[in-house]
Amino acid sequence: MTRAELAPTDPVLHSFAAELGDRGLVSIAGRGTRWSAGGEIAPGVQILRAPTGIVEVSPAEMTVRVRAGTLVADLNDALAEVGQRSALPERGGTVGGAIAVGEDHLDVLGRGRVRDSVLQVRYVSAEGKIISAGGAVVKNVSGFNLPKLITGSLGTLGAIAEVVLRTNPKPSMSQWLVSCDADPQLSFNTLYRPSCVLWDGSRTWVHLEGHAVDVAAEFDGLRHVGKFEPADSPPELPAHRWALTPRDAASMTSVEGGDFVASIGVGTLWADRPQAATPIDAALNVVHQRAKSLFDPTGRLNPGRAV
Amino acid sequence: MLRDLRRALSRERVRYGAADRTLFAHDASVFEGGLSGPICFPESTAEVQDIMRIAMQHERSVVPRGAGTGLTGGAIPLGAPIVVAMTKMDTILEVDIANGVAWVEPGVVNLDLTRSLSELGFNFAPDPSSQQVCTIGGNVANNAGGPHCLAYGVTDAHVLAIEVVLSSGDVVTLGSVRGESLGLDLRGAFVGSEGTLGIATKIAVRLSKNPPAVRTLLLSFSSMRDAAQTVSDVVAAGIVPAAMEVMDREITNAVENYVGAGYPRDAAAVLLAEVEGLEGGVEIDSQRIVEVAQSNNAKSIHRAESEAERALLWKGRKTAFGAIAQIKPDYYLHDSVVPRSKLADVLESIYEIGARHDLMVMNVFHAGDGNLHPILLYDGRIAGELERVHAAGAEIVRACLAVGGVLSGEHGIGVEKQPYMEEQFSSDDLDHQERLRRSFDPMCRVNPGKVLPEGHSCADIQALRSIPTGVWG
Ligand SMILES: Cc1cc2nc3c(=O)[nH]c(=O)nc-3n(C[C@H](O)[C@H](O)[C@H](O)COP(=O)(O)OP(=O)(O)OC[C@H]3O[C@@H](n4cnc5c(N)ncnc54)[C@H](O)[C@@H]3O)c2cc1C
Repeated sequence: MTRAELAPTDPVLHSFAAELGDRGLVSIAGRGTRWSAGGEIAPGVQILRAPTGIVEVSPAEMTVRVRAGTLVADLNDALAEVGQRSALPERGGTVGGAIAVGEDHLDVLGRGRVRDSVLQVRYVSAEGKIISAGGAVVKNVSGFNLPKLITGSLGTLGAIAEVVLRTNPKPSMSQWLVSCDADPQLSFNTLYRPSCVLWDGSRTWVHLEGHAVDVAAEFDGLRHVGKFEPADSPPELPAHRWALTPRDAASMTSVEGGDFVASIGVGTLWADRPQAATPIDAALNVVHQRAKSLFDPTGRLNPGRAV
Repeated sequence: MLRDLRRALSRERVRYGAADRTLFAHDASVFEGGLSGPICFPESTAEVQDIMRIAMQHERSVVPRGAGTGLTGGAIPLGAPIVVAMTKMDTILEVDIANGVAWVEPGVVNLDLTRSLSELGFNFAPDPSSQQVCTIGGNVANNAGGPHCLAYGVTDAHVLAIEVVLSSGDVVTLGSVRGESLGLDLRGAFVGSEGTLGIATKIAVRLSKNPPAVRTLLLSFSSMRDAAQTVSDVVAAGIVPAAMEVMDREITNAVENYVGAGYPRDAAAVLLAEVEGLEGGVEIDSQRIVEVAQSNNAKSIHRAESEAERALLWKGRKTAFGAIAQIKPDYYLHDSVVPRSKLADVLESIYEIGARHDLMVMNVFHAGDGNLHPILLYDGRIAGELERVHAAGAEIVRACLAVGGVLSGEHGIGVEKQPYMEEQFSSDDLDHQERLRRSFDPMCRVNPGKVLPEGHSCADIQALRSIPTGVWG
């Protein structure tokens, strides 16, 4: 193979790279569902959109190749047709946006982390070049793990153009349950592999997925923990996402100034107000700043935003 | 420098004898170009920081090392750096069940961790075949896999946070045990970086619950194609078993001679499949796997009847590499991954390439992940054999890349696979990989000369190479 053959051939990616070019301030917009994450964009920035389209769904490989501008909802519909699903949360946004932000699905225990599902990323660099990182197979330690660095980088290191995601078979049964008298931690401990356990200070929700017999067996096992009843859906989640230790999330009884919902065994908590910011460690910040200056020496990618 | 190191640690924990330096110039790979400087055995994060700072003062590089079971030369010192052997930092610091994590030092042996967690009803999922000796630090550095990584992922998916001493001597914690950590995933970047981004001194691993039910199936086939097709069809049917491992006839017989695991000797391929979870689903899935195997002409289907039998079946699989020694003194191993649906075709090419180079090839592999381990047997004492092994190896790697595969699934690039990197990545891609490396270690002082091929890694590193890479092409 020659080097030229290694570069992606898809003309759609090349025209995206040409549009982005190698100078001027740019930002890639998805659907704006997390537009302000990392700060407001600086004035005078050219706003571009990433290419759209599902390139290849491979259920037998448990992978999908999809362009970054595709809606997560469209991706999930296409996957559902072949009995698969992704780890990306569906909130009206794009695949590229979901990966740039890196937030996990509510059912992260069942679906896996977004970060672990990104197998390959093709992004346009600050120099306007298409970079391929990672590989289109489910297991890979060939060289440095750029997909990990790009996921969650809020578009500050490269403009995501296309990704290959690991998918998973859609479980045959899905059931939400709710209880007013069950201890959330005990509920979590009793279950083998729940997809989600939530707690709002008085009620516990459980999401069971899998074979119908297994869902029934888990439901039955919860009898000793509390009175659970089927629920149509999870509770409404407040707007702000906090990161706590799983233990702290489970022992939360109230959050000043409003409602909360805590994810047991995960440690994510949703509240009506933002979590107090913890300052980034100085030595770690050196690594962050160095990464930014190496990947985007002129600071043209998403100026105003910081990870 | 030796004096400084001994003052910071102790005389006994800084070795510089000829025997030690020879020993630490090697790992489990066949690479022979290592040259070791002093070998340090730190006992704390503070001592690792001291070593980093002394190295910086004396303008020396450092190489972290676990148990030395790496198969690509990742821990091999190039150009007499300080070897930092992490084996004395081997304490399980805390098992924190309420938070679902265990904090361990990097020198903890994989199986020791698994054993101590299993008493509590948990496990650390990655189970490399070398788990009796390899360390968690080495697992993190190589993003190790194992037979049971099919359903729940390799090391990366089971590591939440890592305390790292950077080349500057500063200590940082990458990742977090709090919820999902947003922002740059430096933890994820560190896992699989082969000891080039810093030295891990503490690791928070995720605790996985032991499954209530497990079913182990031993399936045999008259052709490798049928076995490979079964693997692909199982996944296509929407079943994700905990493990799916395939062995060919040659390796099966070697294993039988070695440990007598109870594998059928006459089959062309043996598939060991395991399903775990809740009783009902496990029964359904194992039944469906049997049906898929039958539709692919399975020759025999057997269920492990007891925990003892199950353990023996796995012992056979995990001692496969050891069993090879009876056949030929040396072997060379590749680690490519291919799309599952291409397994059967690629395996055929691999046998054909071996035959053309007059080499014995065996295959034992993590079939569920498409992670091949073609083993090329040879006798290093016979002139010209190793050259044939490398020529055949290069063809095998190209055959895997040609179907959309990658170079390495779990063993890493180290020094052995460096020349192949240019077959998988363009020079722009590699340039960006180097940017990631320099974000952590701008002067390339930690484990220099690894992973990236010549011309891409830091220029001042080239002088360290004591063996021409051409030999490894
Ligand atoms: C018989 C046999 C079977 C094997 N089976 C498997 C298998 O099934 N799956 C698999 O994935 N691998 C397997 N391996 C390969 C090997 O065991 C793994 O890569 C293992 O993770 C290496 O661990 P180690 O402690 O021996 O590390 P070493 O070989 O000592 O080092 C490996 C790399 O890790 C770095 N490193 C070590 N400790 C640290 C640290 N604390 N901080 C930073 N970097 C560090 C080193 O610099 C080096 O680059 C096998 C090897 C053998 C010999």
